[in-house]
Amino acid sequence: MTVEILARIQFAFTVAFHYIYPPLSIGLGLVMVVFETRYLMTRDQEYRDLAKFWTKIFALIFGIGVVTGIVMEFEFGTNWSTYSEYVGDIFGSALAAEGIFAFALESGFLGILLFGWNRVSPVVHWISTVGVFLGSMFSAVWIVVANSWQQTPAGFRIVGEGLHARAEITDFWAMVFNPSSMDRLMHVWIGAFLSGAFLVISVHAYYLLKKRYVAISVRALKIAFPIALLFSLSQLFTGHRSADGVSVNQPAKLAAMEGHFKADAPADMYIMGWVDASSGHVDGLRLPGGLSFLLYADREKKVKGLDAFPKTDIPSQVNAVFQFYHLMVAIGMLLILLSIWGTWRVFSKGARQPRWMLVIFMLSALLPQIANQAGWFAAEMGRQPWVVYGLLRTTDAFSQRVSENQLVFSLLLFFFVYLILFLLFVYLFNKKVRHGMLLEEATDSRPKQDTMANWKNI
Amino acid sequence: MQYDTFLGLDYPTWWFLVVGGLFSGYALLDGFDLGAGAWHLTFKKESSRRIALNAIGPVWDGNEVWLVIGGGALFTGFPPVYATLLSMMYTPFILFLVTLIFRAIAIEFRSKEPMLWWRRLWDIVYAVSSMLLSVLLGVVLGNVLQGFPIGDDKKYLGNGFWDFLTPFPIMVGITALSLFMTHGAIYLLLKTDGRLYARITVSLKRSITFFLVSFFITSLYAVIMIPKLVVVFKSNPISILIPAAAIFAVLNLPRLAAKRKYRQAFFFSSITILLIFMTAALNLFPNLIVSTLDESYNLTVFNAASSNKSLGIMLIMAAIGTPLVLTYTFFVYYTFRGKVQMDENSY
Repeated sequence: MTVEILARIQFAFTVAFHYIYPPLSIGLGLVMVVFETRYLMTRDQEYRDLAKFWTKIFALIFGIGVVTGIVMEFEFGTNWSTYSEYVGDIFGSALAAEGIFAFALESGFLGILLFGWNRVSPVVHWISTVGVFLGSMFSAVWIVVANSWQQTPAGFRIVGEGLHARAEITDFWAMVFNPSSMDRLMHVWIGAFLSGAFLVISVHAYYLLKKRYVAISVRALKIAFPIALLFSLSQLFTGHRSADGVSVNQPAKLAAMEGHFKADAPADMYIMGWVDASSGHVDGLRLPGGLSFLLYADREKKVKGLDAFPKTDIPSQVNAVFQFYHLMVAIGMLLILLSIWGTWRVFSKGARQPRWMLVIFMLSALLPQIANQAGWFAAEMGRQPWVVYGLLRTTDAFSQRVSENQLVFSLLLFFFVYLILFLLFVYLFNKKVRHGMLLEEATDSRPKQDTMANWKNI
Repeated sequence: MQYDTFLGLDYPTWWFLVVGGLFSGYALLDGFDLGAGAWHLTFKKESSRRIALNAIGPVWDGNEVWLVIGGGALFTGFPPVYATLLSMMYTPFILFLVTLIFRAIAIEFRSKEPMLWWRRLWDIVYAVSSMLLSVLLGVVLGNVLQGFPIGDDKKYLGNGFWDFLTPFPIMVGITALSLFMTHGAIYLLLKTDGRLYARITVSLKRSITFFLVSFFITSLYAVIMIPKLVVVFKSNPISILIPAAAIFAVLNLPRLAAKRKYRQAFFFSSITILLIFMTAALNLFPNLIVSTLDESYNLTVFNAASSNKSLGIMLIMAAIGTPLVLTYTFFVYYTFRGKVQMDENSY
């Protein structure tokens, strides 16, 4: 029991920490591709400066994303060995595909993206940036496919019995296009684009606030805000589609998200609330029949509630699932408002913005991050008590061979290392932003590559 | 289970070759950047350290991809092996992961601040983590060769935190370090010139001696103490040529370095790594995890493989993916060919 709980805490902690970074890599990748494309189209040096500046920030983020991601891959084996044996035939192929088709692409081109500015032509550099961006997008494909398979397994059969049961692949494409994978992939991608766009917004709002790099920051904002607007609105649709899918494939999860207990009754929707799982009561601001309406366009339509399931088959932390889900939705709505407001302001007033507004946008980078985390906590806690929905329970999935001592040791180690990592990240990020952008006028006086000193003579 | 065959070999054997190829590729590529890192503190000047760091700058991350792919390949092809090995070897794998993190941030963060203490600190972290990772990789390989106290139904009958540290794995760990240091020194010779280059030629000679001594001691220990590791050479005497060829490849190195033929030297140190992996693979096959209690508990490529369908899919993926990966790898090495040149984008 303790080993299981510790293993769950460790996995949740390491994956939550990891997930700060990949969405930023994907989102910044998109913005960098736009900057470099604009540079190629206009040959306007300012876009190149923007791309270069964001590449440096990207490097910081990408590096942490990679190493914390390797931890995730190996943790399946170290901490969830029963699970690994159960799903390896299916899940492993998604992980390996990620490595070979996505990770290799992004890491291969990363070297040129970071160090190749003076080595390759702008077009080859652009190709490298696109390669890194596509690589990070493909990474998300395979990881979300693997995770979605855990939520809505498809394209498999079960071989063996009891402790020796395992899933075997029967149809690769059915596995890849399992019922939830494409909706969730869109949702994850767009969540990542929003993280990147709002980070760019945040930093350039800061520059406007400090009256530094004003003209170039307005340009950046004129690119980042429309991206934020487009995707915060589209997130409504992907979110809705995901929820629709959950109602069909994981009804107990949906019921937990909305705190809907009655076995067979019209379901309400809560703007906010507090769930008392023991009495099955929710206090809060509700729209009567709201969930029924959202799912079926009919407020009277009945939705299966938590009471319709055996107690052992529903999430034990209903309130947590409810809160995380509602936090995500609330932030999603807030991001739409912020994007509309910001787009309108920056296109109508340019650099002339009130300070309080710039402060809000400076802090806004945290919002997509919180929403991403909350969304995943809702999705994964809502999946409990299953690790593979309806097939394998979390209680049966952890490594029996690992002792409690080892887990306490590794958990403390990860906690300590990630704390240092996070502090260093915040410190260096902050420093880079304060240090500012290296504009091309300043670098022109530097030796160019062909005249650079040969180290032999030093 | 019945498995299809391709070119006369069944799918599990193919997948054994794929996994072996990926891990050898990982050792060959990350081996030189780990080895280069292990020398880091012997470079005294700031400019030398920066050149050494930038020699691996554009490629170390791509090299680590091979580990990710290798891990995924083992996971998908032989899930029980992945599950059993990683949970039995919990402590070294967790140490490995944490050290990998420290090394990555040392490389990334070192040159981001000018303070002397900051750079010194990250230099130490970088060098120590590079050495520790090399040793841990060898320790895991040593454990795999030695076998595990594994019982019926993959039950692990060992106990305790420090199980992974027994004499033979430690010797393999040290041998791995010496081999990577040799490999890394040659890579640095390719990338540097001037006084730094001259210093590394001396380092290379020392590491070759270090490797030959540790390889000899480890082999001797294996022959005397772990008889099952020599069975394959008794039953098939010709196979002894493989480890022998590894020694010959290493003995070539001082001569080639003296003639400044670093490309050939790098080729031979790469060959050495591949030959050592082939020796290990010869010893293991068809086993992947050997039980020290009873042979019938062994996990083999046949009783631990994924389904025929899954392996078939993965072999197709490998066939499509391998040329792609090799293309990117070639492209990035080609772009950064020749001696290190520093610019404002460097570490």
